[in-house]
Amino acid sequence: MKLTLHIWRQKNPSAKGKMVRYPVNDISGEMSMLEVIDVLNEDLIGRGEEPVAFEHDCREGICGSCGFMINGVAHGPVPATTVCQLTMRHFKDGDNLYIEPWRAKAFPIIKDLVVDRRAFDRIIASGGYVGASTGSAPDGNAILIPKDVLDRAMDAAACIGCGACVAACPNASAALFTGAKIAHLGLLPQGQPERHSRAISMVNQGNSEGFGNCTNIGECEAVCPKEIRIEVIGRMNHDFIAASWKGRDRLSFSDLFARWGTGSRLKTDARVD
Amino acid sequence: MIQLDSRVPAGPIERLWDQAKFDMKLVNPANKRKHTILVVGSGLAGGSAAASLAELGYNVKCFCFQDSPRRAHSIAAQGGINAAKNYQNDGDSIYRLFYDTVKGGDFRSREANVYRLAQLSVNIIDQCVAQGVPFAREYGGTLSNRSFGGAQVSRTFYARGQTGQQLLLGAYQALERQVSSGRVTMYPRTEMLDLIVIDGKARGIVTRDLVTGKIESHLADAVALGTGGYGNVYYLSTNAKGSNCTASWRSYKKGAAFANPCFTQIHPTCIPVSGDYQSKLTLMSESLRNDGRIWVPAKAGDKRAPDAIPESERDYYLERKYPSFGNLVPRDVASRNAKAVCDEGRGVGESGLGVYLDFAASIERLGESVIRDRYGNLFEMYERITGEDPYKVPMRIYPAIHYAMGGLWVDYYLMSTIPGLFVIGEANFSDHGANRLGASALMQGLSDGYFVLPYTIGDYIANTKLDKVDGSHAEVRNAETEVDSLTKRLLSIKGKRTVDSFHRELGKLVWDHCGMSRNAAGLEHAIGKIRELREEYWRNLNVLGGDDELNQSLEKAGRVADFFELAELMCIDARQRNESCGGHFREEYQTPDGEARRNDDEYSYAAAWEYAGERRDPILHKEPLHFEYVHPSQRSYK
Amino acid sequence: MSATAVGLADERALRFYDSTVGKKAVMAISGIALFLFILAHLLGNLQFFEGREKMDAYGRFLRVEPALLWGARITLLIMVLLHIWSSIQLALRKTRARPEGYVKKKAITSTYASRTMYWSGPIIAVFVIYHLLDFTFGVVNPGFTEGAVYDNIVHGFQNPIVSAFYIFAMALLCMHLYHGAWSMFQTLGVGSPRYTPLLRRLAALLSIAIFVGFTSIPVAVLVGLRS
Ligand SMILES: Cc1cc2nc3c(=O)[nH]c(=O)nc-3n(C[C@H](O)[C@H](O)[C@H](O)COP(=O)(O)OP(=O)(O)OC[C@H]3O[C@@H](n4cnc5c(N)ncnc54)[C@H](O)[C@@H]3O)c2cc1C
Ligand code: HEM
Ligand code: HEM
Ligand code: SF4
Ligand code: F3S
Ligand code: FES
Repeated sequence: MKLTLHIWRQKNPSAKGKMVRYPVNDISGEMSMLEVIDVLNEDLIGRGEEPVAFEHDCREGICGSCGFMINGVAHGPVPATTVCQLTMRHFKDGDNLYIEPWRAKAFPIIKDLVVDRRAFDRIIASGGYVGASTGSAPDGNAILIPKDVLDRAMDAAACIGCGACVAACPNASAALFTGAKIAHLGLLPQGQPERHSRAISMVNQGNSEGFGNCTNIGECEAVCPKEIRIEVIGRMNHDFIAASWKGRDRLSFSDLFARWGTGSRLKTDARVD
Repeated sequence: MIQLDSRVPAGPIERLWDQAKFDMKLVNPANKRKHTILVVGSGLAGGSAAASLAELGYNVKCFCFQDSPRRAHSIAAQGGINAAKNYQNDGDSIYRLFYDTVKGGDFRSREANVYRLAQLSVNIIDQCVAQGVPFAREYGGTLSNRSFGGAQVSRTFYARGQTGQQLLLGAYQALERQVSSGRVTMYPRTEMLDLIVIDGKARGIVTRDLVTGKIESHLADAVALGTGGYGNVYYLSTNAKGSNCTASWRSYKKGAAFANPCFTQIHPTCIPVSGDYQSKLTLMSESLRNDGRIWVPAKAGDKRAPDAIPESERDYYLERKYPSFGNLVPRDVASRNAKAVCDEGRGVGESGLGVYLDFAASIERLGESVIRDRYGNLFEMYERITGEDPYKVPMRIYPAIHYAMGGLWVDYYLMSTIPGLFVIGEANFSDHGANRLGASALMQGLSDGYFVLPYTIGDYIANTKLDKVDGSHAEVRNAETEVDSLTKRLLSIKGKRTVDSFHRELGKLVWDHCGMSRNAAGLEHAIGKIRELREEYWRNLNVLGGDDELNQSLEKAGRVADFFELAELMCIDARQRNESCGGHFREEYQTPDGEARRNDDEYSYAAAWEYAGERRDPILHKEPLHFEYVHPSQRSYK
Repeated sequence: MSATAVGLADERALRFYDSTVGKKAVMAISGIALFLFILAHLLGNLQFFEGREKMDAYGRFLRVEPALLWGARITLLIMVLLHIWSSIQLALRKTRARPEGYVKKKAITSTYASRTMYWSGPIIAVFVIYHLLDFTFGVVNPGFTEGAVYDNIVHGFQNPIVSAFYIFAMALLCMHLYHGAWSMFQTLGVGSPRYTPLLRRLAALLSIAIFVGFTSIPVAVLVGLRS
């Protein structure tokens, strides 16, 4: 099978990138998308051209390293499938594949298809955890969890942090990713003590990272390789509003309208590179 | 010269760890933040260690080469994690888990370490539940278990087919909590390329920032490596593409003994290789063997479609050879038999390297819905990769390299032969002997990280005089210049062949001669070939791009350079261990019906190798293994 | 690539409106208020079909209690201003969130309505302004007489261009509510996953009903049902 790949090439964060055309032939249906680029790279090195830089590690859809747009769809045309699991059977001879990196202010491009997703780590650092230090745990069965609650929590916990939701969202919002962790921990008894502070700090951190707002468009749910539902966004909003209402006594009225900025003043020295 | 001292305390095995904890010197809480500890690796071992040490108050720097600590290879573990909780009331206990692990390891591990592992396994489950890890639950709300990997009791805890992911996210979240408290500084996309040893003690590491190429040294009071396994020496393995041995190997070359490098484990149920472009092998959970029947055509070269081959012309070879265990024989037995039938030309699929795992009988017996409930996501994953529907056509599987029991030698305190260098998780050798039981690596990584290292590293710091060192120290500058010159040398070769082409060829060599079954002649041949190929590597390698930018080929080049040297040591180790045990099967040493024949009198030791310089044969040190509690017996699965 | 330490600003004063979720909640609440007004206004205007007396009486009924009328007008005004002000801030944020667009981008499951809220909203605003000039202040309505609501409507809609503009605006309002009437529940985190499909169908039906309801009036005038 012959394909024509149009891949975004960009030398470094400040360089101007562009699409470059790479015809590739004798592609078998068994090959994964990444293996096609592997073969292309071996060929490029042979011709003395710089290979395409792209992120990958597990190549079985669980680590969340890989990910790029194929013909305008995050992770390509097959639902619930990362690009490392996408096999060439889904394309036909002579197809054109436009391959671009995730595009969002909060995910600056490092090189070619590699983007910097540390904003996700900072959102988790701001509150995406249960504050249970090592050694202070009760017996596992001391915390009883109904099976259906556990299953819903597991659905949300399956997020692999790939960032496809941000890439697919017309507002470049991280609502699905943030909502997934808020829902996972917010559903479980272990997550209840910090449920409100978690919602506030994670949402505010997402804002200060420069992600857009969520207007419930739903493209994120469609591209998510772990099929996480936008109900988690509903839960996030609910927890955030409930937390704000519960903490209203600490609301300084002047604050409410004083600042028309669109981001909160979270201290992030994360930009120190 | 290295002196192996396992420092196992005296006394009854049940008391050892409590006694050791009591005897350890503690660091005054107020002083803890004055001490800096480097944790290389953010997997289950590294991530849990960094979080726990920071919670204690130490100042921790954590490193990983992926773009985020959450992507360490532990994320890929599926099956589950063992623990001696006996929630299912089926007779499990700490002692039974200890006994099974030593017996499963074919009597080549250190009893004291394994007992402690079984002891701490109970705390791991509690800690992970408290962190919010969504382990599967029964309808009554209690934790549910399943039996795994041929165990007689069901002691495995799991979170659907993504146990590794959920355990790692637990550790990752605890780590990020410490990052936000400022006690951990996280360095993603940063690769450790050398260990800094000052006055015989590990005092720091040299790292390369994978985005800017900047080479930097970090100095500390102690260093802990949680850098995972070296399965990728075989090129095709179930390990993530980035997994490598560089951190362990560079420490080995600075004086840390490397133990049992040839002990590598093959997983029997993986998706077969479909073409020479294949970049990695995908693991199918072992639980499939509970309901699948393994068979190949009775006659060689029978290329008919599976449903066209009548029952009479099928050879259910595992059921034939092992009536009692049948398809549930341990991993190494199942893998070896699969290779044997393929070598006889009875393999299936175009490559002829595969055997059928057939669910037709159990679908008929239990109904498709029961099978879908048990293996739905696995069947779906298989169909996504191969395009064949396992409900209709038998699955094709073939063994693949999966886990490395070998690793840097450590004593009871998880310290290597270099004082101040600790090694945890799959990177050390200690607990699994010659063959790891299913679902016990996750247990070991977390027990090392959460519950062992925080004590033993404190003991080391409290007991050791650590004078101030800074960047101007000669050892630091040498290490940095060494790393820089190696990087530049790799770029300067400008040969004809890519890194992957060398890596593929090396992997094939090691797979053929130091894989599922080995023999003396093959190993000697391999050692010669590996040395030849390594010479060509340093003459004919082609790496493009610069060293001051993101350069993935340069990263791979450095890792494959180390894999060459490790491969040679693996073959030397396999050649000198003239016996068969667990994952190490020497064809010359097998029982009449093809079982591994151990030689406990002469080989009941851990082979710890000491680096003796470039192109010089490594020196073998033997740590004798004594089995007071679990007496060696010949494994039989008839 | 170094430290990623992040800490919470020391003072924990809640900046509800300062966050995206807070701003969205304000949009949803103001959206609900506007939505209720639309329903009431539709029911009120449908009396057009019951002839001039009923319609003019309705006009007078609205003004029988000036305090109530002005109260309603002021709250409506506040709601609209909040709605628009928030949507401008969110629009700024979302354009900054992706400075460099894709060479190729394809939507998979999202509705056209959900992707065009930032167009339908402002056009509705333009419509409302024109509409006030048309039926409340009568500046753009030829032969506008205060109180003769029925006649003003008929005069207004006899001009096909005005009717067309109204129908076009109603179509945009319908799209706006097709997505908005469901999305506000999700924004406020109300209801559980089981209800989402039901809510979406309900919002769709309602927005279409509103469209049909409102456009029936200009259509009726154009077709000449009412001379
Ligand atoms: C497909 C698969 C399935 C498995 N299933 C199971 C199972 O069901 N049950 C079970 O018990 N075990 C299972 N295992 C084994 C188990 O997952 C691993 O043994 C265990 O997770 C290893 O954890 P670790 O923390 O030691 O290393 P890893 O998780 O591999 O982490 C290594 C870390 O070190 C970092 N690192 C490595 N080198 C460097 C360097 N030079 N510089 C800086 N950072 C470095 C990496 O970035 C990474 O963060 C499975 C393994 C695989 C591959
Ligand atoms: C074809 C559809 C419509 C018709 C026939 C219509 C008719 C009218 C009439 C006759 C009035 C004057 C009532 C009075 O003050 O006596 C009015 C007022 C008003 N209409 Fe509409 N309307 C329509 C659609 C809309 C829509 C879609 C909106 C909102 C987006 C709207 C918003 C208003 C407002 C805000 C007023 C001012 C109410 C007040 O006096 O306080 N109208 N409309
Ligand atoms: C007068 C009738 C109007 C009604 C009934 C109405 C109602 C709504 C509702 C219910 C929502 C959904 C809120 C949510 O998703 O949580 C919404 C969203 C929106 N509205 Fe309006 N609105 C009206 C007028 C306007 C106007 C005049 C503007 C002018 C800009 C506007 C701009 C928007 C935008 C941009 C959104 C999407 C933003 C978001 O969902 O985050 N709307 N509207
Ligand atoms: S929510 Fe889905 S798309 Fe978004 S990061 Fe998680 S797995 Fe990826
Ligand atoms: S696509 Fe974007 S607008 Fe919300 S529902 Fe998903 S984050
Ligand atoms: S490489 Fe791990 S998800 Fe694709």
